Amino acid sequence: MKFPVRLLLAASLILLLAACKKDTKPDVVEPPVERQPPPAQVESNALDPRDFTDPRNLDNPDSLLSKRVIYFEFDRSVILPEFRDTIAAHSAYARANSTARMVLEGHADERGSREYNLGLGERRGNSVESAMQAGGAGRNQLEVISYGEERPVCTQSTEGCWQRNRRVEIVYTAR
Amino acid sequence: MNKYLACLLAACVTLTIHTSARAELVIDIVKTGVDSLPVAIVPFSWNVDDPEPITGISDVISADLYRSGLFEPLDKKDMIERPADPADIRFGTWRLLKVDAVAMGQISAAPGGGYMARYWLFDVNTGAQLLGQELLIGAGELRLGAHRIADQIYAALIGTPGAFATRIAFVVSTGVGQDSRYELVVADSDGFGQQSIVTDGQPLLSPAWSPDGSELAFVSFARGNSTVIIQNVFTGANRVVAEFKGINGAPSFSPDGSRLALTLSRSGSPEINILDLQTNRFTALTQHWAIDTEAVWNQDGSEILFTSDRGGKPQVYSISPRGGEPRRVTWEGDYNARPTLSPDGKLLATTHGNENIYRIAVFDRENQRLRVLSDGRLDESPSFAPNGSMVLYASKENGKGVLYAVSVDGKVRQRLVTSEGDVREPAWSPLVQ
Repeated sequence: MKFPVRLLLAASLILLLAACKKDTKPDVVEPPVERQPPPAQVESNALDPRDFTDPRNLDNPDSLLSKRVIYFEFDRSVILPEFRDTIAAHSAYARANSTARMVLEGHADERGSREYNLGLGERRGNSVESAMQAGGAGRNQLEVISYGEERPVCTQSTEGCWQRNRRVEIVYTAR
Repeated sequence: MNKYLACLLAACVTLTIHTSARAELVIDIVKTGVDSLPVAIVPFSWNVDDPEPITGISDVISADLYRSGLFEPLDKKDMIERPADPADIRFGTWRLLKVDAVAMGQISAAPGGGYMARYWLFDVNTGAQLLGQELLIGAGELRLGAHRIADQIYAALIGTPGAFATRIAFVVSTGVGQDSRYELVVADSDGFGQQSIVTDGQPLLSPAWSPDGSELAFVSFARGNSTVIIQNVFTGANRVVAEFKGINGAPSFSPDGSRLALTLSRSGSPEINILDLQTNRFTALTQHWAIDTEAVWNQDGSEILFTSDRGGKPQVYSISPRGGEPRRVTWEGDYNARPTLSPDGKLLATTHGNENIYRIAVFDRENQRLRVLSDGRLDESPSFAPNGSMVLYASKENGKGVLYAVSVDGKVRQRLVTSEGDVREPAWSPLVQ
């Protein structure tokens, strides 16, 4: 919660400063030449977070394209309903941007044997890959790499931690 | 300076740093529930011009025997007599000290360099000489020499070969995320002489020894995806043997060292493959949508055991290296993975458990009886000592990976601890002469 608030504060401060600047220098002479701001710019400034073809949405926290992690249940690779929209968004992006490339990194929690977990991570990666292909992403745009349990984001032996480690990360190698 | 020499020098520097930066493995005996044999290893007389090492030969031997859980070596300060020659031994004294066997010896300089050890072992109660041997020890190899003598004493008193003059390999990881560091370490069976064989910012796993103990196969992510690498333990020379799309994992040498079983998922799902190391040809042994992985050979190379979840959950299956239909081997428990066989092939150890608890279990292959050897929550990666007396495995304590060794009867369990990092994936080397 803290981060967006701070961001808002910073943004309003910038706006305030900009406003002040305008006030203190009101007598700037506008050149009489006609300037034609390209209309496209105006259009794209109004960024629609649901436009999953727009690369800027990859960094837009309001857009599903900024969400890149799909979580799984224990020893399962079935995609849970709450992640379908995220996967659909990335599929749509891949379809619209043919040069985009993604690595689907499959991970498992620490329970069980390491090599079996490599298999499980790959199975999860494959399951996201299939879903993305069904959504229109090209075969050549996707690559699955399994890290098994070797790259945890959380190292405690608790369910909370395990949940965060059972995941596929969508990593863009080209946008 | 040629590349090889530069590489070698770099390796030496790294080695020195690692050896000094990390404390040696400290080994605690966690539990002893058996009667152990009282023995006395009298300090060997040191007849060499160079100063005697602080930890003498007899100290190393005593520590080995103690660690096995089968012996109770007499404290040095309780030795009121210290014979170094069979002529000086007085059995009455040792009977009074309540030891059953006494060993003594002498170290002298060998004519060609190195040392000559002469040593004896006596049964205190009968006065019978059990050992009277000479051993040539290379310069700088006193600890190895001590382990060899401990092996002889173990064999003379227990009746099966000792496994002290062997090595263990394991993986140590430190840090999370960008700061992760992974090391493949080789050490003596007592944890001393740790050498970092590979250091990387990317994960390392599944070390497996070649049957002659000169090479380690392991999985590396140094090239982005998993690859299987074989590296010479002594020279550091290595080669990538499998680098396909998908998983390249779980290597295991055949008993004659000519083939490597491994897991490849290039066909779409993880399958057991066999790589002929002479011809570099791969043959797929399994073909199934399930996860087939963690192959291991039996002692004569006539059978391969592996993990598969083709039945719904991971269990151990058996298949001939020539192919055929796999047969399910483990039936007890929700989860049996990472199979490993005792050297005589009679016992099968697995990572055994359910959703939340994983322990090391040993199955008697003849009568299917199961014994759980460990008592942790996240125990995994069993590896038999080459004499079959113990199982080394990885556990987790206070959020940290540690190694344990447990006797196959489950009565004696020891913890091996390093001072920093997660320690895991232990692999005990074969007996090497």
